[in-house]
Amino acid sequence: MTDVNQPPLLSIEHINKRFPGVRALNDVSLTFHSGEVHALLGENGAGKSTLIKVLTGIYAKDSGDITLEGRKVHIKNSQDAQNSGIRTVYQEINLIPTMTVAENLTLLDQPRRFGMIRWRSAHSQAREMLARVGLDIDPNSLLVSHSIAVQQMVAIARALGSKARLLILDEPTASLDSDEIARLFGLMRQLKAQGMAIIFVTHFLDQVYAISDTISVLRNGSHVGTFKTRALSQTELVGHMLGKDLDMLQHEQRDITETEEKPVVLSLSQVGKTGMLKPVDLNLRQGEIVGLAGLLGSGRTELCELAYGAARSDQGSKTWLGQSLPINTPKQAIEQGMAYCPEDRKHRGIIAELSVRENLILALQSSRGWWSRIPMAEQQAVVSEFIERLSIKTSDMEKPIGELSGGNQQKVILARWLVTNPKLLILDEPTRGIDVGAHHDILNIIRELCEEGMSLLVASSEVEEIVAFAHRVVVLRDRGKVSEIVGNQISQKSIIQAIAQ
Amino acid sequence: MLNERYLPVIATLVVFILLYGYGMVEYKGFRDTLVFTNLLTDNAFLIVTAVGMSFVIISGGIDLSVGSMIAFVGVLLAYLITGLGIHPVYAAIIALLTATFFGMMMGVIIAYFEIQPFIVTLAGLFLFRGLAYMINLNSVPIDHELLVILSEIYVPLPGRGGLTFIAMAMLALLVIGVVVAKRTRFGLNVYAVGGDVQSAALMGVPVKSTLVRIYALSGLYSGAAGITFAIYTGSAYPLAAVGVELDAIAAVVIGGTLLTGGVGFVFGAFLGALIQGIIQTLISFDGTLNSWWTKVAIGALLLMFILMQKAIVHFTRRYSGKNPASSEEPAMQKVESTQA
Repeated sequence: MTDVNQPPLLSIEHINKRFPGVRALNDVSLTFHSGEVHALLGENGAGKSTLIKVLTGIYAKDSGDITLEGRKVHIKNSQDAQNSGIRTVYQEINLIPTMTVAENLTLLDQPRRFGMIRWRSAHSQAREMLARVGLDIDPNSLLVSHSIAVQQMVAIARALGSKARLLILDEPTASLDSDEIARLFGLMRQLKAQGMAIIFVTHFLDQVYAISDTISVLRNGSHVGTFKTRALSQTELVGHMLGKDLDMLQHEQRDITETEEKPVVLSLSQVGKTGMLKPVDLNLRQGEIVGLAGLLGSGRTELCELAYGAARSDQGSKTWLGQSLPINTPKQAIEQGMAYCPEDRKHRGIIAELSVRENLILALQSSRGWWSRIPMAEQQAVVSEFIERLSIKTSDMEKPIGELSGGNQQKVILARWLVTNPKLLILDEPTRGIDVGAHHDILNIIRELCEEGMSLLVASSEVEEIVAFAHRVVVLRDRGKVSEIVGNQISQKSIIQAIAQ
Repeated sequence: MLNERYLPVIATLVVFILLYGYGMVEYKGFRDTLVFTNLLTDNAFLIVTAVGMSFVIISGGIDLSVGSMIAFVGVLLAYLITGLGIHPVYAAIIALLTATFFGMMMGVIIAYFEIQPFIVTLAGLFLFRGLAYMINLNSVPIDHELLVILSEIYVPLPGRGGLTFIAMAMLALLVIGVVVAKRTRFGLNVYAVGGDVQSAALMGVPVKSTLVRIYALSGLYSGAAGITFAIYTGSAYPLAAVGVELDAIAAVVIGGTLLTGGVGFVFGAFLGALIQGIIQTLISFDGTLNSWWTKVAIGALLLMFILMQKAIVHFTRRYSGKNPASSEEPAMQKVESTQA
């Protein structure tokens, strides 16, 4: 266990890092001790990965100090980090799949005599490294012949090397099953007992409580706090991550239209996909907004994609307006009247070089078929109607959409789908990265669409937002549905408690 | 334990033995060691080129400039020896340094300007051929007593065969290539870059300098091939060795090296080039077939090997049951992207 009086192995003080338009790290100070598993938590954009990249020399910090065992260190590249004993294992395995285990373990550090690699001693060196992580595999076997979990252990064995002091595990469990996770945790405990400091980044709260001694929470680039794991309840932790003080939140009463008797538009029955989402039941009624709440990595996006057919489910069945239908591809979904605005607007939503008009008209064109040209006059009429209706701020409908603000881009994408008059609209993080005014507009649009009888499935990381419009909230955690909150029961507090349970 | 990555090169060896065995059964003259040693001598420049090409292809790249480089080095040698009267040893050193330098420059452009090797070495292909023409437009003999001495070096073997100087030089360069690939850190870095360049960089492999060295090495080897070719023919001609880059690539691929990089053996290129040579020999022994049948046979063989490699990769992945491109993988990557 950590001795508080013992000086820290590594401390970072007042670290700042800016990117154009973003303050990625804002005066962050943290300390890491030997023999401690330190969980680093935070939602998307909290600054975890930036912090790790600063520690490993991939990014240069703007200001601040890094002190290792009382001495200031300057980490300018990954070589410096390596030499300081800071080693990192990423979620994606950064080894060479086409090489053998021994070649991977000894790469750049092979024992040599007269410049020639001595493979016999390289193999025994590899065997020693494998033994440290408790692996008994043939060093001469190809890396790809082993499971992802074993490859991950090999990556750790390589990272530990000769003089590792601090091991950073960046989401190491994301692609492991429960036995493999148990094995990894066994290794982490063993390393901890040997005096290694471990930084553990994950989205899985259960794992945080299973393995970590200390938890540090980051939010929007700032350090929210560092806590002893035993002294922090899950509800408090989720509150810190989402930036909500639970005591301040009331069970505010909401006036909710009854939607129980409306017909069901889309019904999911035990729909899931191995490795992506555990089976989920979900009913979406006409004129109803269902919110999807949960932490990052909880399965919100995955549920949206499965509902729409962007990912193909391997379990369960879907019913559309009372009929059992195979909705396995986006094309089938569009034909039935579904529309989907994905989370990653920049890469999957807009085509930055095309104009507002061209972006807006895309879905209409594809629903009519590429051979039927839409007359320019009609296009312009449709586009100007929506520019007005959604108050899209653009000087000209021929302006490239990339030059618009995030909020206005989002409105164009919404308009693109509204032109086709969908029965069900799926929105994944519709308000991420947009300004306050546009945020307000989009929430209003969502409400109006619902009043007009459209059904909406909205995934959002902002609990406040979901409370503001949802008739029903599906709470997800660790890639599965944990509860469903209906009508008057919906409040920030009830959602956070459901997430933290 | 037999490692699955030896399978392609073993298959190549089997094909070579089968072809050689067929020749020995069909033709009496084929049983003499002379046939084998002639194979070594006649294909020496191709094998030397293919050894250098192996490093390039294992790193995931391609070098189209090697054929032009052979011609350029030959013409340069002739100019230095006959034109300027420089001693052949110094001329050879100058020629090798020039070839290495040109290779290195292509490597610099590929590594630091991040331009596809295909385009950069295609430019090299035109450039070196053009430079060769600028030095000399015609075929010229290279006359020097040293070349006469070298051509007289001959280590007789049982039978009528024997090793010539260029065969021995080629074997030495082959051994050096095999050792560099498997026993030096540079060689292992070449495999790492070809296997997964991003991972290699994160593991600390100096990717850019490795790339520069790979193309410099290929330049050096094609320069050495140029000298070998000049000794072999005793003359220099700017139109020599047209298309040899493709023969070399074929030799490397038939030798079991994957064009996608990361997998392969330098020794395989030796076998690949010998197979091309043996097909040629078989056709000349037959006497009735047009020599263009060589190209047909090599084309068919190349296709067969590429399909066979696909099949081997497919089956080994399936048996081990850990296909990295399995159905779960895309979903995982999607999850990653949302967590970024």
